[in-house]
Amino acid sequence: MAVVVILVLLAAGSVLFHLLSPWWWTPIASNWNYIDNTLIITFWITGVVFVAVVLFMAYCVLRFRHRPGNRAAYEPENKKLESWLAAGTTLGVAAMLTPGLFVWHQFVTVPAGASEVEVVGQQWLWSYRLPGVDGKLGTSETRDISPENSLGLNRNDAAALDDIVIEGGELHLEIGKPVKVLLRSVDVLHDFYVPEFRAKMDMVPGMVTYFWMTPTRTGTFEVLCAELCGVGHPQMRGTVVVDSEADYQTWLASQQTFSQLMAAAQTKETAQAENAAPAR
Amino acid sequence: MVDIRSGTDGALEHAEVEDVELYHPHSWWTRYVFSQDAKIIAVQYASTAIAIGMVALVLSWLMRLQLGYPGAFAFIDAERYYQFITMHGMIMVIYLLTALFLGGFGNYLIPLMLGARDMVFPYANMLSYWIYLLAVLVLAASFFAPGGPTGAGWTLYPPQAVLSGTPGGKDWGILLMLSSLILFIIGFTMGGLNYVVTVLQGRARGMTLMRMPLTIWGIFTATVMALLAFPALFVACVMMMFDRVLGTSFFMPAIVEMGEQLQHGGGSPILFQHLFWFFGHPEVYIVALPAFGIVSDLISTHARKNIFGYRMMVWAIVIIGALSFVVWAHHMYVSGMNPYFGFFFATTTLIIAVPTALKVYNWVLTLWRGDIHLTLPMLFALAFIVTFVNGGLTGLFLGNVVVDVPLSDTMFVVAHFHMVMGVAPILVIFGAIYHWYPKVTGRMLNEAMGQLHFWITFVGAYLIFFPMHYLGLIGVPRRYYEMGETAFMPASAHTLNEFITIAALIVGAAQIVFLFNLVWCIRHGRDAGGNPWRATTLEWQTPETPPRHGNWKELPVVYRWAYDYSVPGAPEDFIPQNQPGPDNLTREAAT
Repeated sequence: MAVVVILVLLAAGSVLFHLLSPWWWTPIASNWNYIDNTLIITFWITGVVFVAVVLFMAYCVLRFRHRPGNRAAYEPENKKLESWLAAGTTLGVAAMLTPGLFVWHQFVTVPAGASEVEVVGQQWLWSYRLPGVDGKLGTSETRDISPENSLGLNRNDAAALDDIVIEGGELHLEIGKPVKVLLRSVDVLHDFYVPEFRAKMDMVPGMVTYFWMTPTRTGTFEVLCAELCGVGHPQMRGTVVVDSEADYQTWLASQQTFSQLMAAAQTKETAQAENAAPAR
Repeated sequence: MVDIRSGTDGALEHAEVEDVELYHPHSWWTRYVFSQDAKIIAVQYASTAIAIGMVALVLSWLMRLQLGYPGAFAFIDAERYYQFITMHGMIMVIYLLTALFLGGFGNYLIPLMLGARDMVFPYANMLSYWIYLLAVLVLAASFFAPGGPTGAGWTLYPPQAVLSGTPGGKDWGILLMLSSLILFIIGFTMGGLNYVVTVLQGRARGMTLMRMPLTIWGIFTATVMALLAFPALFVACVMMMFDRVLGTSFFMPAIVEMGEQLQHGGGSPILFQHLFWFFGHPEVYIVALPAFGIVSDLISTHARKNIFGYRMMVWAIVIIGALSFVVWAHHMYVSGMNPYFGFFFATTTLIIAVPTALKVYNWVLTLWRGDIHLTLPMLFALAFIVTFVNGGLTGLFLGNVVVDVPLSDTMFVVAHFHMVMGVAPILVIFGAIYHWYPKVTGRMLNEAMGQLHFWITFVGAYLIFFPMHYLGLIGVPRRYYEMGETAFMPASAHTLNEFITIAALIVGAAQIVFLFNLVWCIRHGRDAGGNPWRATTLEWQTPETPPRHGNWKELPVVYRWAYDYSVPGAPEDFIPQNQPGPDNLTREAAT
């Protein structure tokens, strides 16, 4: 009998926990509320099935538990019942899969006007790159990475020279503007993960991955790494700020381009060489 | 359609087997240590698996202590934490679950349930165990190696698995892990071939395929899958070892590690993930299918009722087994593979839910109008259904590609796979041990200790993993040594983590009661007799309990399916498979 009580408590408790517990997703800050909606549909369908199965079991145990003189029924198969159950299940599955695939189609279709921004992961630091005035990200190569050129940009590519490079700083995005986030890693797998954006994607050394989204809420959000990348994995945090258009432009104006960074590095090098010379 | 039940039929000729001469042991060593008797090998496999499983249990305690009380235990630093989670995962999936279901239950039950004297190749079967033991020892050795075991996560994703930012990446850890896996696969292949050939060639007269108990169908299908899936892991391990030792670049692109250019280039980290999951997803069902099969027999026996829809149950096992080879990339929706794969793999993954759901319906419909004896095996079977349904349903979140995006790599995933392939199959293992221990030892396990063990384990495990889903929903990522302060994670979530840790410590401790019960009852258990559950299958009809080497005096002949419980008109509520029956006790007479 204890089993019946526990089964009923477990089903009821799970539902109450779901409805009453304070633990729910963080408010969304991107266009992917479609994902949240699909998740809600899935919660309803699966929740009903779970409760139904557990309560049915509880009823069976209560009703058909062994008592002296009882004998089980003998019914090897029931084609009709089995077909109904199969059809019902297929329908339920289709009800979850169909909206899922529709939303996935949106997820993989980057809108034509989306601007590009690059996120580069390394153990255990986030860096970012924005296209400069030409609106194009220049080419890059892991082999070209050096202390002065930490993202491995191609010095001979005019498109790269005006790119804005943010090494270990904050990324700012403009509210309401769709953005294609290009992802690159220079060492191991990482994953650019901002819980409020819902979208996430692994970064894989040797290739460029991407996802897209439109920020819908201004604010400061934490960037986490969601793919195990070594002992520093939990410390690999960053910040992304969603700005209004005016704030975004102010921020953008204060950033340095790749060629400015190169020039600064060269000046520093020359100065060091001059300082070092008299000592010899 | 094949008549799955009784009568004399033409199928007898096909399944006819000649009697075999077995190796006769001459000493204690060849009888109990280097034994070729599948039953002894089964106990060896099971004992080794449970022993290394206890290590994994302690590791889970340690990692839960860190998550519940971050920083409170100085010796659990980040390196050790990642070593603990890696070893816990690998031990549980491969060295405990796979080895126990196939090496343990497979060895014990296949010959006995099919009415064979032993496995078809007893010598290779013995080798299988000793290579498995070697694999376990190599794995355990990595705890004592310089640098300790690998901390790459059980998925061992390169490049980090072989780089210095990961514990054991540039030391012995990863090498010992890869070597151990390679050994395991070699050992498993010898055992696995044996199980498949024995099922196909070694069945008793009259034991047609469609009369086999579902336990055997589950183990058989899982073994076929393992023989096809493990080679992918084998290849991946060998290639990664080459990358690490010889400097090849199978999985290594150009890499700048901590500012230093490495001499690798051109390789693909994603290739490893495809190979790993081509093995890894079937592996889920390699664990699940034997559990499906066993739990079907537990429910049927203890509800005194035939399993509902036997033929559908068999086909569901086979279809799930086949489909599980085309769903692997649902583990990789956010891996950076071509996103259009998502359409295909989400569809196949959700299709697999249909035969799986049908199995669940048939289990609960077997309870319907049954005569349910609430024995320990039945309790564990009921608990299995609850946890498996729960874990299976959350699989519909993660399998539906777009819903996976926010949940992937969070604690939701951890909660899901623990519920569905950790808790659920382990509950079946417990139920199966309470069920078959009387045959293995001739004695019953202690009921009071069993009840204590059951209630703490079932309720406790549910309390650990059900709330954990909601941590993932908040957005808490998995594999985090510490969360620190984050805006999206409320302070109350830390309290929840503490609660989960306390529950995990208690559930872990309850397993000590179980182990004590196992050992204590070898000598002090109540005498079981030959067939304490009044079951129909052949292993309960052996002339001796425990069965001697060779199992039978004269090979049994099978006259009916495994589920003749409560047949109308029969004097008892069960008819053993080897009992020739009056022909009027058939399905036609029942309907």
